[in-house]
Amino acid sequence: MTMQFWVIQTLNSLALGGLLFLLAAGFSLIFGLMRIANLTHGAFYMLGAYIGVSILQFISNLWIAALLGGLVVALFGGLVERFILRKLAGNELGQVLVTLGFAYIIADFCLVVWGGDPIPLPTPEGLESPVEIAGFMFPAYRLAVVAIALATGVALYLLMERTRLGAMIRAGVDDMQMARAVGIPVSRLFTIVFCLGSALAGAGGILGGPIMSAYPGLDADMLPLALIVVILGGVGSLVGAFVGSFIIGFVYTFGIALFPQLAYVILFLPMIVVIAFRPRGLFGRAGA
Amino acid sequence: MKKAAWIFLLAVLLAWPFVAGEFYVNLASQIFIAAIFAAGLNLLVGYGGLPSLGHASFLGIAAYFSALLSLRWGLDHSLSAPLALAGTTLMAGLFGLIALRATGLGFLMLTLALSQVLWGTAYRWVAVTEGDNGLRGLTRPQIFGINLDDSTAFYFFALLVTAFSLWMISRLVASPFGAALQGTRDQARRMSALGHNVWLIRWLTFVYAGFWGGVSGLLFVYYHKYIHPASLSLTSSAEAMLSVIAGGSGTLAGPVIGAAIIVLLKNYVSAYVERWNMLLGFVFVAIVVFMPDGLVPGLKRLWARWSKP
Repeated sequence: MTMQFWVIQTLNSLALGGLLFLLAAGFSLIFGLMRIANLTHGAFYMLGAYIGVSILQFISNLWIAALLGGLVVALFGGLVERFILRKLAGNELGQVLVTLGFAYIIADFCLVVWGGDPIPLPTPEGLESPVEIAGFMFPAYRLAVVAIALATGVALYLLMERTRLGAMIRAGVDDMQMARAVGIPVSRLFTIVFCLGSALAGAGGILGGPIMSAYPGLDADMLPLALIVVILGGVGSLVGAFVGSFIIGFVYTFGIALFPQLAYVILFLPMIVVIAFRPRGLFGRAGA
Repeated sequence: MKKAAWIFLLAVLLAWPFVAGEFYVNLASQIFIAAIFAAGLNLLVGYGGLPSLGHASFLGIAAYFSALLSLRWGLDHSLSAPLALAGTTLMAGLFGLIALRATGLGFLMLTLALSQVLWGTAYRWVAVTEGDNGLRGLTRPQIFGINLDDSTAFYFFALLVTAFSLWMISRLVASPFGAALQGTRDQARRMSALGHNVWLIRWLTFVYAGFWGGVSGLLFVYYHKYIHPASLSLTSSAEAMLSVIAGGSGTLAGPVIGAAIIVLLKNYVSAYVERWNMLLGFVFVAIVVFMPDGLVPGLKRLWARWSKP
């Protein structure tokens, strides 16, 4: 094991952590506000990656593709929320099962449209070659993914803590009935948050494309990781999603690199430790 | 009237292998296996109010244990079956300790995450599980010298085990413990104020449901003589959940009817189209939106309306 191995794996961990954050932040926000465990989230990530594949055939710019793909997935998520999930308000289990149903529909739809072979997304121009920092070679694109995840984290934090919209969302999370009573349009917030979460997942799929490609089963690979992130970090907590993502990014990447056969068993360990001592997760609040 | 219906059902079940072809006999065996699996899950979902999306763990653990014990150590079925069930029950106890740190959606997410960890491990730990190839070369047990490789013999074996399992599950529901379990579902705080240990009731139910999941897992691996990580997947858990919801959670007959519908759908649809997953998704959405309390309560309502002039 050379030093280069550890450095590269660390960067891989950070990149995976960043992608997981894009996925888990939306999941966590949706759960926190709407009490919906959105099991479609992994499928949104995969759908984003495949839509990215198609967009890139017309526009060869990954960043624009990520924005457009995020928008398409957000639109789809908004429709699901507005026309199906809303009708099931109060029926928590029903909502979860519907999101699970859509996860299957989307997964099979992707298989029909894009086929069963993995499709890699091209790395954006200028980021293909590694950069040298302090004598080590870093894949430039992974650094960019980490930077985007950090920027998204900061932007979400500012949105939640410094804007009127964020204040209304926080009010809805804390006490929905009271928020409604003081005139906050909670139903509209639901749609906004669901679209935002879907957009993050979809864009994450495209940004992750150059690293992990688009392939059938991508959803089933990402959803458990996102779930464990949210369980670790605490549902509804942005900071929790952030910290949890990078913990799981490291544990999973090093698990795969060092004990490839037992990577999933290793994932299990941080989860048990946290659940044993803090059942609500590291940053989960009582009552959440 | 009720007695007549039971006798009719028994007659049909006993006569089935002699009137139906082998394909239908095997189909019935698959329904039996799915019925035990769903009925066990129903204890959690329907009677305990604990929505588990990880019940496939127990089916898979029992099947893998049994397969590994006979393949790696050459154990006979008379040893491997009880060991596999004991191992499954132990794992259910452990998973229950973790998953029951939460209730409601938190419980659902924990059970899902736990079962996905198992699924991923079954895929990756090639040295033990053979990964995506699955474990081959398994056998069915011989019982009193009767070879279960014959589909009719297996049908009656599965029928007996299923009848016993469903009876045991219904006994639990009818017992004082079952009443307490339903109490924890409806009014957990009051139950706790009345001196019931709510957590313990839930944990014991989780273990009991896991045990019956293990029983269905043994039948499953005997039937297929093969086990693949797909049996541990979310799809496997979701099909069981769909059986419970479609038939009617919290009823004894519901999961059995639901399991029959899912097995029939799966077999017939996959014979004509390849799109089982898409159909599964649509069935999920349709049932939750249009028939939220399932077939059995829905039909009961219709029956009550019809029989009352």
